[in-house]
Amino acid sequence: MAEAHPVGFQWVMEAKKRGATVIHVDPRFTRTSAVADLHVPIRAGTDIAFLGGLIHHVLETGTYFEDYVRAYTNAPMILREDFRDTEDLDGLFSGFDPATATYDVTSWEYADDAVEPAVGPRDDRPVAEHERGQIAGSGGAPMSKEPRRDDTLQHPRCVFQVLRRHFSRYTPEMVHEVCGIDPETFAQVADALTRNSGRERTSAFAYAVGWTHHTVGVQYIRAASILQMLLGNIGRPGGGILALRGHASIQGSTDIPTLFDMLPGYIPMPHAHREQDLDTFIAANTGNKGFWGNMDTYVVSLLKSWFGDAATPENDFCFDLLPRLTGDHSSFRTVMAQARGEVPGYFVIGENPATGTANARQQRQGLATLEWLIVRDLNMIETATFWKDGPEIETGEMRTEDIGTEVFFLPAAAHSEKDGTFTNTQRLLQWHHKAVEPPGDCRSDLWFYYEIGKRIKARLAGSTDPKDRALQALTWDYPVDDTGEPSADAVLREINGTGPDDATLGGYTELKADGSTRCGCWIYSGVYADETNQSQRRKPGRDQDLAAHEWGWAWPANRRVLYNRASADPDGKPWSERKKLVWWDAVGKTWTGGDVPDFPATTAPDYRPPEGARAAEAIGGDEPFVMQADGRAWLHAPAGLLDGPMPAHYEPQESPVPNALHPRQRANPARQEFDRPDNRYHPAPGMPGADVFPFVFTTFRVTEHHTAGGMSRWTPHLNELMPEMFLEVSPELAALRGLENGQWCHVVTARSAIEGKALVTERAKPLRMGGTTIHQIGVPWHWGSNGLSTGDAANELLSVALDPNVHIMETKAATCDIRPGRRPHGPDLVTFLADYRRRAGLET
Amino acid sequence: MLDQHVGPRRYLVPGEGFGRPLPGNYILVGMRTWIDHWPVVRQLTGDDPLGRGTSARHDGGSVDKRARTLDADTVTKSICPFCAVGCGQQIFSRDGKVTHVEGDPDSPISRGKLCPKGSSTLSLLTAPTRQTQVRYRRPHGTEWEDLDLDTAVDMIVDRVLATRESTWQDVDDQGRHLRRTMGIASLGGATLDNEENYLMKKLYTAMGAVQIENQARI
Repeated sequence: MAEAHPVGFQWVMEAKKRGATVIHVDPRFTRTSAVADLHVPIRAGTDIAFLGGLIHHVLETGTYFEDYVRAYTNAPMILREDFRDTEDLDGLFSGFDPATATYDVTSWEYADDAVEPAVGPRDDRPVAEHERGQIAGSGGAPMSKEPRRDDTLQHPRCVFQVLRRHFSRYTPEMVHEVCGIDPETFAQVADALTRNSGRERTSAFAYAVGWTHHTVGVQYIRAASILQMLLGNIGRPGGGILALRGHASIQGSTDIPTLFDMLPGYIPMPHAHREQDLDTFIAANTGNKGFWGNMDTYVVSLLKSWFGDAATPENDFCFDLLPRLTGDHSSFRTVMAQARGEVPGYFVIGENPATGTANARQQRQGLATLEWLIVRDLNMIETATFWKDGPEIETGEMRTEDIGTEVFFLPAAAHSEKDGTFTNTQRLLQWHHKAVEPPGDCRSDLWFYYEIGKRIKARLAGSTDPKDRALQALTWDYPVDDTGEPSADAVLREINGTGPDDATLGGYTELKADGSTRCGCWIYSGVYADETNQSQRRKPGRDQDLAAHEWGWAWPANRRVLYNRASADPDGKPWSERKKLVWWDAVGKTWTGGDVPDFPATTAPDYRPPEGARAAEAIGGDEPFVMQADGRAWLHAPAGLLDGPMPAHYEPQESPVPNALHPRQRANPARQEFDRPDNRYHPAPGMPGADVFPFVFTTFRVTEHHTAGGMSRWTPHLNELMPEMFLEVSPELAALRGLENGQWCHVVTARSAIEGKALVTERAKPLRMGGTTIHQIGVPWHWGSNGLSTGDAANELLSVALDPNVHIMETKAATCDIRPGRRPHGPDLVTFLADYRRRAGLET
Repeated sequence: MLDQHVGPRRYLVPGEGFGRPLPGNYILVGMRTWIDHWPVVRQLTGDDPLGRGTSARHDGGSVDKRARTLDADTVTKSICPFCAVGCGQQIFSRDGKVTHVEGDPDSPISRGKLCPKGSSTLSLLTAPTRQTQVRYRRPHGTEWEDLDLDTAVDMIVDRVLATRESTWQDVDDQGRHLRRTMGIASLGGATLDNEENYLMKKLYTAMGAVQIENQARI
C-alpha cells in the first residue's frame, strides 16, 4: 500500500501513531513492510490457506463476535441435506461436472428451496451455469421465502457448523506447510487480529490485485469477508475490507461499466432468450427483499434515459433494442477471437494491452489480425506501435508489411483539459475542473464519443433497417461549448436522473417503473440532487469531521460506510460507545449518527415485515445487509458464485508444490483454462518437465511508476527515479543460479523470456516449508519498449488462466526459471523458447 | 577581508540548482560569503536558532526566485489522474498553459500531499513526448502518416458502420434474439471520467457492440 497507494497509506500511519498494529502480508518486503509492525512473507498464491487458518483460529478459540454473528450473518441458516463439502469429496463441493468443469449450484442453497439462483423457476429458459454468477450482480440472488434457521448455531447443517467443519484442517501447522509461515508468526497475527476485534474494537483489511489476480481470486475476497463477518468488522467504523484500486476511475468504470456483462449500476446485461420481454427480465433479476427489489424502477429509468420519448410502456421501454449476451464475452475471449479474424474493429481507450495484459504476445497477435484499430492516449504507447517495433518484429515472427491493421492514433485530452468526475476507491465522486484547452488535436473522450455518435446518427437518420432503431432512438443531445466540447455536467445530470418535471432527482428511492423518471445509473442518483453538482463540493477537510460528507459525493446516497446499520446492535443501540456510527433514535423515530444510515430511515429495530411485503418494506428492523436477499451477510454463499459456496485452498495454475489440503484437486477445478500453442501452461508439480520451471514469480508495482507505464514512462522525473527493469531475487537464489547484483539476468517461462538487472537483496527470502525450499522472484510490470526508460514487459511471461466468476487472470503467482546474462534476442529467442518448451514436454 | 586573501573563487553552493537542469548552477562568491551560505553558520549566528526561517535561505538562491504559483493567472481544483486514492490537486496555469501542479491542502483525503507520480503530473501534461497530432498507419504501411482530425473521425465512422453491417447478428441458430455485432470491441475506461464511460456504454450498446471491457477485468 505504501508503494502503490502512498498517499492513502498516510492514514495507516495515522492509525499506527494512535496505537494500531500494522501487519503486512506479502511475498515481498516492500516500503509497506518497512514501516509495519510485522511483515509476514507468504508463498504467492496461498492466501486462502492463511485466511482459512485465521478463520479456523477464530472459530476454535471462540473469539468470534457471537452476538453479531448470530444476528447479522447467515450462520444460523440450515443448508440442504444433499450439500457436500470439500472435506467430503476430496476437494470438490457437491454438484461438480468434470465434463464441463462447472458446478450445478443447487445443492449449495438453503434447505427447503429457500434460495433460487438468479434465473430460477420463473425463467424456464436457463442460461449456462458459468453465466449465473454475473447475473446475480452485486446483490446476491433473489430468495423466495424466509429460510429456516437455528439460532443456537448447533444444528449440524447450519452454516456455522458447516463452516467449522470446512475449515477444520486449516491449522497453524497446515498454514506453515502451505504458506511457509511459521506457527509463531501466525500466532502473532491471529492474536493481534482477535484482540483488536469485537464489541469495542475493529480491524480492517486492505488489499489490491495481489488478492484478485488469481484463478481463485473471488474466493480470496470471500475468505477475508468470512473472517471479518466472524469478527464483527463489517459495517462498523475502522472495519471493512478495503479494495485499493489502481486507476483514477476504475471504480467509476465498474459502476458505469465499460464491461461486457453489466449495464450501469450492476444491472445485468440481458442474455439471449427466445421472446424474453422486459417483465421476464425484471422478474428473473429482482430480489423479493431489499433494494434489489426495486430493479424494475432502475431498469425502466435507465431505458427512459437512453431512449427518451421512444421508450414507452407499450414497447417495453425499448428493452427489445438492447443487444444480448450468449456467454463469456470478456476481454481474453475477444482477443482470442481477434486472432481468428472474427473481430475486425477495436477501440483501445487509455489502456495498453500490448504490454499491460497477461500473455502480451497473444494480445499483439490479436492486434495484428484486426482490420482497424483506434488508439486514444496521451503517449505513443506500445499498443499503437506494435506493427512497427513490437517484439515479434524483432524476432522476425511478424513483418510490418504483412500486418494489415489500419491504425488511427488519436491524441487524448488530459484530466486538466476537461471537466468530469473520477470515482475513487472509496466510491467517492470528485469533480475535476478544466484548467486549460487541450493542445493540438487532443480531445476529450467525451468529445470523441459524442462526435462519432452524432455522425453515426446523422448517417442512419433515414434508415428503415430495424437494426438501426436503437441508434435512431438514442437520446444524444448535449450542450456544447464554443470549442465543441460537450458538457460533462449535463451528462452527469442525466446519470443522476430527472423526474416528470425534468427536475433532478434526490436519489434512487424516487425512481419509478412507470416511465415517469429517467436515470442513467441508479446508484449515482443523488449526485446532482437539488440541481447542484454535488461532486464539486470542496469544503476543506479541516473544517469538517473525519467522514467529510461535504467533500465530493459518495454513492450510494453520500454514504461513507456501507451496511452501517451493523454498527448498532439488533435493538438499534451502538455495540459500544467507542465504535458508534449509526443508531436508532427512539424519540425522533429515525436512524441517525455520524454517517448517512444504510437502512430505510424510519424502519424501527423491532419492525417485522408483514407477509407478502417486498423490496425495502420486506427488510426487518434488525437486518442490516439491505442488498442481500435474506438481509444477512453470507458466511456460506447459497448462490451467486460459480466455484464454491465457501473458499477452499487451491494452488495457482502454476505452482511448484502439490495441494497439501486437497491432493486430488490441485488447482481451482472450475477455473477457466486455455491450453493452446500460444498459451502453454507449465507441467503440474511431479509431472515430467515440471522441474524446468522450478521457481515462483510474482508481479508487482513500485511507487515511481504506474501500471504498465502508459502514463509514467514518459515523465522525466519518474524515469530518473526508477530508470530500468529489474528482477528481485534473494542471495540464496542468486548463489544457486550464479546471478550477480546489478548484472543482467533473465526469467523464462513457456510463453517468453524477459531480461532485467538482478537486484539481489536480503529483502527477498526463500520460504522453507518442511523439506522444501521455495524461491520467489519479484517482477515489476511497468516496462515496455516505448518511453524514456524501456525494458521487457512482465506480461510476456504470464499465461492466461482465469477466475471463473469474473474472468480475471492469474498474474500474482506462476512458475519460471531464471538464468544469468541477457536473454537471446531476435530469431534466437524463438528457438530458445521452443527448446525450453521441449524440455518441459510442452512441444515436440 | 577574507576575500582579499583568497580572491574571488567559484564554489558550488549546495542546494543551488540541485536536481534542476537550470543554467548557472555555479555562482561566484567569496569565501566569507561562502561560509555565510552555510545554513548552520547562519542558524548559530543569526536570529533563527531553529533553522526554519532565514537561515535556510541565502542570497542569490531561493530568495530571488519566484514560485511558479505566484505568476499563475488561474488555479483550478482537480483530482490526481493516476491511482484511485483520489488525491486533490491544484493546477496552476498562465496564458492557457499549465505551469505547476501541486497537492490540494483542502482535500480530506490527501491533505495537500502527492506521491511521486502525482507530483510528476506537470510532466505528464507538458512533456515534449506527449502526442498532440493525429497519426495514421494505413494497412501494411511502414510509417506513420499525418491525418486531419475531422477526416479521421469520418473514416472511423465509415469503418464502424461497415463492420457493424458485415458482422450483424439478429438472431442465433436457435432463433434467439441477439441484436448485436461481435465485430467491434472496446478496451479501456478506468483512466477516463464517469461521464465518458457513460457515453461509451450508451453508444456501444445502441450500436449493438457487447465486447466492451476495461482495466477492471485485467
